[in-house]
Amino acid sequence: MEILNQWAFIGIFAVMAPIFPALPILIAWVLRPSKPNVLKSQTYECGVETVGDTWVQFRVQYYIYGLVFLVFDVEMVLLFPWAVAYNRLDFFAFAAGLLFIFLLFDGLLYAWRKGVLVWR
Amino acid sequence: MEFNAITLAFIVFSLVTLGGGIGVVTCINLFRGTIWLMVSLFGMAGLFILLSAPFLAAVQVLVYIGAIAILFTFAVMLTRSITHLPVRFTRLWANAFAAGAFFVLLVAGVIYPVWVVNDAVHFPVSDVTRTTADLGVALVSGNGFVLPFEVASLLLTAAMIGAIVIARDVDDEL
Amino acid sequence: MDCPGLCEALVQGGANPGLAQFLSLFVGVVLVSGIPLVTVIVLILVERKVAARIQDRIGPNRVGPFGSLQTFADLLKLLTKEDITPTAADRLLYNAAPLVSFASVVLIWAVIPYTPYHFGADLEIGALYFVAVASLGTLAIMTAGWASNNKYALLGAFRVVALLVSYEIPLVFALMVPIMLAGTLNMLDIIYAQSSMWFVFMAPLAMLLFAISSQAETGRAPFDLIEAESELVAGFNIEYSGMKFGMFFAAEFMHVFTNAILLTIFFFGGWLGPLWNEPLIAFAWLGLKASLIYFVFLWVRNTVPRLRIDQVMRFNWFFLVPVSIGNLLLTALLLKLMQELGLAPRVLQTATLGEVLPMTLVLLLANLGIIALILGRLRTTGRSERLATGGGAGSMAVAAGD
Repeated sequence: MEILNQWAFIGIFAVMAPIFPALPILIAWVLRPSKPNVLKSQTYECGVETVGDTWVQFRVQYYIYGLVFLVFDVEMVLLFPWAVAYNRLDFFAFAAGLLFIFLLFDGLLYAWRKGVLVWR
Repeated sequence: MEFNAITLAFIVFSLVTLGGGIGVVTCINLFRGTIWLMVSLFGMAGLFILLSAPFLAAVQVLVYIGAIAILFTFAVMLTRSITHLPVRFTRLWANAFAAGAFFVLLVAGVIYPVWVVNDAVHFPVSDVTRTTADLGVALVSGNGFVLPFEVASLLLTAAMIGAIVIARDVDDEL
Repeated sequence: MDCPGLCEALVQGGANPGLAQFLSLFVGVVLVSGIPLVTVIVLILVERKVAARIQDRIGPNRVGPFGSLQTFADLLKLLTKEDITPTAADRLLYNAAPLVSFASVVLIWAVIPYTPYHFGADLEIGALYFVAVASLGTLAIMTAGWASNNKYALLGAFRVVALLVSYEIPLVFALMVPIMLAGTLNMLDIIYAQSSMWFVFMAPLAMLLFAISSQAETGRAPFDLIEAESELVAGFNIEYSGMKFGMFFAAEFMHVFTNAILLTIFFFGGWLGPLWNEPLIAFAWLGLKASLIYFVFLWVRNTVPRLRIDQVMRFNWFFLVPVSIGNLLLTALLLKLMQELGLAPRVLQTATLGEVLPMTLVLLLANLGIIALILGRLRTTGRSERLATGGGAGSMAVAAGD
């Protein structure tokens, strides 16, 4: 129960956390002037009228960054338990973690060689 | 079953999970669909906490909401119709029926062995405590899961290389 | 912090035990979150004063003594500003984004131990919780940029998100070093593990990597592409005005100080210092160390020029990521060797200074060696790039055309 009590704290905190910024926004909603007009509510692009759709196809480069990050993210998640257990591990178990990092490093080397991590 | 704070939390998290799921399939705007998926996965993280698996809950938030969501939004921006999916995807009744039947089968398969056959299976929620350090020892010790652990690393590397190969070809055509 | 005294008092007063528990937790939440919310008001003034001094100005000095009421004046102004929502925006997500952005920073404070006895939640996975919650902020920025339905905002959000996720990798690999040394993810235990020696002496390189990448995570100079006024008008928050913009702004300020606190906890011993058993003194130690680190962050922000996006990405993927992985590998290898030889204790929380000293010396020397190696290598590559292009500006062209 003690553990869940800690998480109950986090739960209440998570509900409260968006309320803190919502309060000033609500107060401002009461206080502020609101005189919208067509020109004012247009998309702001330095005064030029906006052309075409914003939500268009983007370049694949962003996707590659996202993907490489995802691979590293999963690796980090698997390494966290290893790092926590580090002091209790014998040398063999410890080396297993090193091998894990080495294998992932290969992937990074490949990405380097192919030049996909260079911003274009 | 008595009604207490844990039951209430379970109901809330289940509703969040299911509601998010419904949002994903009914949204014709792909980006909003992604956000709904994250709501659903957030509810799942809550369920993990109720199961006394806080590590998995944090992983759920870190990997799915932190990384997969970003990847999805980047992927959504690679598609052509982001805000209006073509209507033809909405009338595949046969597929819907097959998927629904499979879902019922899965749910029955999970619930039946635990609930109906043996109702003595009743774990008190927070009695099973395994720490993250135990998980770490299990992952890398020789009589634990060291082989799957290394295979996972290979799999991740393969995923990265595969993605780079596929994506680069697309990039060269542009 | 669930205020056990309050809970018991309420039960004795005749309240429902469940309700009493909830109320005591609720009061705890308000107390714990009150600290960052009050701090951010002070920080805005401090930041402006420090920036002004570095730029040889006076800074705000009109409202109140030494301009101390300036922030409140600004707050009043923001409250009365008109809030324009563009017609093209996705209203629901547009309004939700600033809330999530702010919440993702406040939520980190739930696991920060203010003193040995006062903290929000004492989670077993505290450090991982911080990483997980901080990653919510990235999603908020993405949502803000997308929901604005503005090309500048979307492009800005995409670039910023690519930057933020990239810098999360060295951040976490650097964080892995103190976790490995302490053998736990619990924030309190990480601090207790430093009771005989701060981790900054065992892993100075990890500390630098953590500081650099957390500076990038907050989007401060030299990584302030989040703002990028000169390139993308204002980046992802261009369509936001009034209080909603204010919330993004406040979240950024709070994030910088949060990072200073986390750096203190992971590397500078948190509230450890003479007489830390006294809660008030412990709190003062934490505040003092965090403020000094915060000052260094401000100093860097106001003296280093902004980098271009390709330079920033190159710096991350070709420098920070390999260095942070190499640092983790080397530290792990050295420490394990020393543990096997019996030169290093396996449990730092109870180790004495004499037991910790040999491993500290070896790790410190190894770290300094790597730092010297890196600096030497940076010098030679920098020199050759300058020679190849003839001039400082040209080296940037090499960075872009690599």
